[in-house]
Amino acid sequence: MTQREPETIVAVVTLDPEKVRGGGAPVFVASGPKEREKIATYLSRIMDVQVHDLENGTYVLVRH
Amino acid sequence: MAVITGMVLGSLARLAMLRTDYRQYPSYPHGYASHLALGVIAAFTGAAVVPALIEEEFTAVTFLVLVAQQFREIRDLERRTLDRLEETQLVRRGAGYVEDIAKVFEARNYLTIFAAMTASTVTYLGAASELMVWPAAALAGSAAGLGVVLYGKRGLDRRPVGAICRVREGRLHFRDTLLYVDDILIMEIGLAEGREAYEKHGVGVVIEPKDDDARATLANLGQRQAIAHDTAAIMGLRKDFGTPEFTPLVRLDLETGRAAMAIVPVEQDVGPLLDAVRSVPVIEGARTRPLATKPGRRAAD
Repeated sequence: MTQREPETIVAVVTLDPEKVRGGGAPVFVASGPKEREKIATYLSRIMDVQVHDLENGTYVLVRH
Repeated sequence: MAVITGMVLGSLARLAMLRTDYRQYPSYPHGYASHLALGVIAAFTGAAVVPALIEEEFTAVTFLVLVAQQFREIRDLERRTLDRLEETQLVRRGAGYVEDIAKVFEARNYLTIFAAMTASTVTYLGAASELMVWPAAALAGSAAGLGVVLYGKRGLDRRPVGAICRVREGRLHFRDTLLYVDDILIMEIGLAEGREAYEKHGVGVVIEPKDDDARATLANLGQRQAIAHDTAAIMGLRKDFGTPEFTPLVRLDLETGRAAMAIVPVEQDVGPLLDAVRSVPVIEGARTRPLATKPGRRAAD
């Protein structure tokens, strides 16, 4: 019986690096909302992960 | 001749049970052929056992029992094949559905064995007792076997979700980045592109259980995963590798036990989509029946 894999944060894309501390996932700092959207889209397509908006300027990319 | 009657009837029964329906299982034609071949072997085994016993051909009986033991492995084999295929699905079936399909496969083979056994026994006894000529005995045997098949199929047939729940369209909308169907939260979609796709092509479905038994069944993750898989299989899905936000999710409203699904189908026909949801089978492993227990009945609202 396969164990259910836990959700993992695969990457973080943020406008404000102060809002994110360590944890293992790479943090990409974007210079504005458009760049943040672009980086998150590219990463999500490359890794087949979902983008979630924490509504504090930070997106997390989660493998479900 | 009794053996032939039993074997023919068993094989035909298995053929009739092999419906390659929209679920594309078994996979046509190789899967079909392999299921049928196994069914014929099952029919032969079932048909030969009783006449061999009566004729005191104990060596034959030993061989037949050995063959019957092979059928224990069937559920395992089916499960392993389906599990491997899960990797190729855009929307997985889930462990519950896979187990259900494997169980059904096993049960259908046993039914074939039993039907063939009944047919051949009745034919043999009919001919041996000299109550009737052999064509009549064969006919009687076939009728008996057919009776077993029909009775068994009725007992084995799975009910569809539409029999235990009301299914209707729901209003798909966003509050900021949160996707809702009516007032049931489905998921958070961070990318604007994803939200636009849902607004343009998405359909919301609300599934309302008719009683507490249905509520318990619907709460089962395997059952909801099966609903997502089957609906996506029939209606098509605007999703590929790299866009997991388009995986249809079925989420519960904890207050009322209702479930809601958001899906971006290729075919945006709401009527057929709702029918597709209604036709999803109730997974055996998901069926819990709180109303069959005293505390369950007392707690029922």
